[in-house]
Amino acid sequence: MESGLVFFLQLLGSGIAVGCLYALIALGFVLIFKATEIVNFAQGEVIMLSAFICYFLVTTFHIPFFPALVITCIAAALLGVLTERLVLRPMLGEPVFAVVMVTIGLSIFFRSMAGILFGHNNLVFPNPFPSETLKLGGIVLSQTQIWIMVSTFVLITAFFIFFKYSRIGLAMRGTADDQRVALLMGVSVKRVFSLIWALSFATAAVAGIFLANVMVINLGLAFVAISAFPAIVLGGLESIPGAIIGGLAIGIIENLAGGYLDQMIGGGIKDVTPFVVLFLLLMFRPYGLFGKKEIERV
Amino acid sequence: MKVLAIRSKTFRESYKEDIRLFQTIWIKVWMGLFIVFLSLLPFLGDPYVVYLVNISSVAAISALGLNILTGFTGQISLGHAAFFAIGAYGTAILASRFSLPFWVSLPAGGIVATVAGLLVGVPCLRLKGLYLAMATMSFGVVIEFLVVTLDGLTKGVRGIAVPPVKLFGYALDSNETLYYLLLSVTALCLITASNIIRTRVGRAFVAIRDRDIAAEVMGVDLVTYKVMAFAISSFYAGIAGGLYAYLMAYIHPEHFSFLLSVQYLAMIIVGGLGSILGSVFGAVFITIVPEFIKSFAEGLSRIFPVLEGRYDDNWNIAAFGLMIVLFLIFEPKGLAGIWGRVKTCFKNWPYTY
Repeated sequence: MESGLVFFLQLLGSGIAVGCLYALIALGFVLIFKATEIVNFAQGEVIMLSAFICYFLVTTFHIPFFPALVITCIAAALLGVLTERLVLRPMLGEPVFAVVMVTIGLSIFFRSMAGILFGHNNLVFPNPFPSETLKLGGIVLSQTQIWIMVSTFVLITAFFIFFKYSRIGLAMRGTADDQRVALLMGVSVKRVFSLIWALSFATAAVAGIFLANVMVINLGLAFVAISAFPAIVLGGLESIPGAIIGGLAIGIIENLAGGYLDQMIGGGIKDVTPFVVLFLLLMFRPYGLFGKKEIERV
Repeated sequence: MKVLAIRSKTFRESYKEDIRLFQTIWIKVWMGLFIVFLSLLPFLGDPYVVYLVNISSVAAISALGLNILTGFTGQISLGHAAFFAIGAYGTAILASRFSLPFWVSLPAGGIVATVAGLLVGVPCLRLKGLYLAMATMSFGVVIEFLVVTLDGLTKGVRGIAVPPVKLFGYALDSNETLYYLLLSVTALCLITASNIIRTRVGRAFVAIRDRDIAAEVMGVDLVTYKVMAFAISSFYAGIAGGLYAYLMAYIHPEHFSFLLSVQYLAMIIVGGLGSILGSVFGAVFITIVPEFIKSFAEGLSRIFPVLEGRYDDNWNIAAFGLMIVLFLIFEPKGLAGIWGRVKTCFKNWPYTY
């Protein structure tokens, strides 16, 4: 194959792997937004905290990778329930600004707490997957990347089935659609809210653990979630398929921009591209591809 | 008894009286006493207090700008540090490379920031709430990136050394000499802001905050006033940035991170959204809280030697985060709200209301 095409496909392949992670992170945001109309700015800190927790479970307590993943998810879910109960429930009915600021306050609180507890060192996650790479027609992908893609796919399918066929899933969709009617139909909106936060934080934990496998673990991990904002805006804030498509798209754009533009301008383009995309998106299509356009009345 | 009678009730008989800058004679008296106290401070207090006042007055100007945009007009900005940075770099580059005098470079820095504010404000017109928060945040990140990358202009991570302010041939290069300059600029900014707020423009801002569509129906031109709010806010941030550059005598990209934007938001939330006095309260409070935490941590480590050397900046940041959350949940009106309640309590004593 031509080397230019291989380079392109290589960037595309690793872009999809990164995009899957963005999709998972975006999923965490969208779950909360869909049900409660809150964008949780502290999502990135949950990702970072779970990466740290999983790291210490694997290294200090010598727990195998998959049980450690499950324990981390449960811990994150508990944190989600606590956060909803203690911080977000008193804020019900407050203006958007106050709610946004509460989650930002929470995020810097979590981050500095992580700094106090875990310090500022860069930790390297012991890779649980075999290190040999796979070759698909010239493109090289690591086993970790394959695992990321597979588990994203599995998780998303599981969510799809859960929302489509389970009773609680139906209650959640009902709450997202219209809280008052759901309440009248006997759905406990409070319970749905805490469940949603638990689910979202657990999703964030999975994303965090996989991120820890491809990056070093430090406090900066939290910023990855902020780079996932363009993904949720592109997909529309309340659409789960949108989150997935948005995540993949941002992953690919970021990698292509990094691959082609870095040579011209010099480093750092990869980190700033998502924000440029976000800014442009908000200018031209703030409701994303699948979001619903709001009509306001006074 | 006579004093009580004067203080107890102030009736206003016309709109003109209602929007007066100084509502009662007592406000003028207390203000005068406060000014006398402030101008004597360098002779009374130790140099560290003077330094803290300097830092707080820069923070107060910037917080005031953010409060005009966020507290009064209701437009969330998570990129205030970017305008602050643009003002600081504008002033620093003009002062160091073109050796322009202070009275040119400082307003010029403010104007550069205003232009940036217009550039952001115009495309952000159709956004609000959450989307606006994300847009301004991404603007902040892009500026942070540019400050490091545009090496030729900003000297990147090496930072810029700023020459001291020269006024009538004297170099103001210490905290004590800069003190009066900073204080008078702050006072000017405060008076201007109160005048903006109590006139037509300010009422339009508040109308937009409370219900933008209703405001437009009432004849408030959303485009003009939103852009104006952005411009005023970034001008204040730019001026504060320029003063900061002179005060620190050296600026570095690390000073202008996303955390600084959050810190300004913490100031206006803790101080009081939509309150000029609140911006000042918040700025002073957020500036001195780390000092308290530091001395508290030192005291604690004297009792428990295990904690020795565990204090670092993370504790301050954690405190900001916690304060934002707690104030929003328990005291959304902030310190200005508490101040108002205490004042009413004294004014109406012995009656409850």
